[in-house]
Amino acid sequence: MEFNNRALATVEIFGQELWITETHVSTWIVMGILIVLAILVRVALTRFTEVPTGKQNVIELAVESFDNFVKNTMGPENRAYGMWFFGVFIFIMASNFSGLLGMRPPTADLSTTLVFSVTTFLLVTFSAILKKPKEYFKSFFEPLFVLFPVNVIGELSIIISLSVRMFGNILSGLIVLGIVYYLLPTVLTIAIPAALHFYFDVFAGAIQAFIFTILSMIFIKNKI
Amino acid sequence: MEIYGAAAMVLAWSALAAGLALIPALGPGIGQGMAAAKACEAVGRNPEARGDITVTMVVGCAITETSGIYGLLIALLMLFVNPFFTAFVTTFGL
Repeated sequence: MEFNNRALATVEIFGQELWITETHVSTWIVMGILIVLAILVRVALTRFTEVPTGKQNVIELAVESFDNFVKNTMGPENRAYGMWFFGVFIFIMASNFSGLLGMRPPTADLSTTLVFSVTTFLLVTFSAILKKPKEYFKSFFEPLFVLFPVNVIGELSIIISLSVRMFGNILSGLIVLGIVYYLLPTVLTIAIPAALHFYFDVFAGAIQAFIFTILSMIFIKNKI
Repeated sequence: MEIYGAAAMVLAWSALAAGLALIPALGPGIGQGMAAAKACEAVGRNPEARGDITVTMVVGCAITETSGIYGLLIALLMLFVNPFFTAFVTTFGL
């Protein structure tokens, strides 16, 4: 059994060999679906009315509930962060659900999750420096001056813990499903893995997307 | 011939290490169970705060889970990447 990220093609740019892997292709598919969805919503936005009907109800429900969620977690004055986190949440959820379509979820690759956690880390650092620069730099020397290295490691551990949590969860689901598909006779693969797909892709995927966004929000809120 | 026996030993110990690396899953298992039990108690005492309790419990569980996930990663490394076997092969040039 192979669970490696297979390279589908190689491209040479400036004498450097680049691999187009399964993760790239499924990321592009997820991105394409989301972009089409966004354009459809944008087109529908021009025909919005005061009293919502049909599609408008769904869109308003999604945006409003996420807005309330951000307001509850980060406070009403930090509502603007919701714009970024809504995109992150939708992308992570869509990539976790993409396992249902038989693709390799992009989040089962450490590169994808690392990108998101590094972005969160930069967001935390820059928000803190812009809002409360003095407190931020002072927090590295608390409670004792000699604890500076420990505090730096603690700050950098955001990157590792956030990325590895999502990566480990999704990859373990991928591996368990791969083993189940490998062991079952072909006739039974129609029925039995469906329940596992529901647990590992839908339930764990939604929970992981939710946890990533809420933890990022809490990290930012603690610093500003 | 002896070197093949040694290579087999390296592989065997890697497989054993993969199993042992999952012992940390014990901690998160107990911890998450306790968190869920306490959340149930809290909901029973104060059913109106159900949403807040659920969110807090999920976040707490996610943080507890981290050590288990680290163990899982080590196990996956041992099973699918085989770092020690690769080091053995490059050292002795099999």
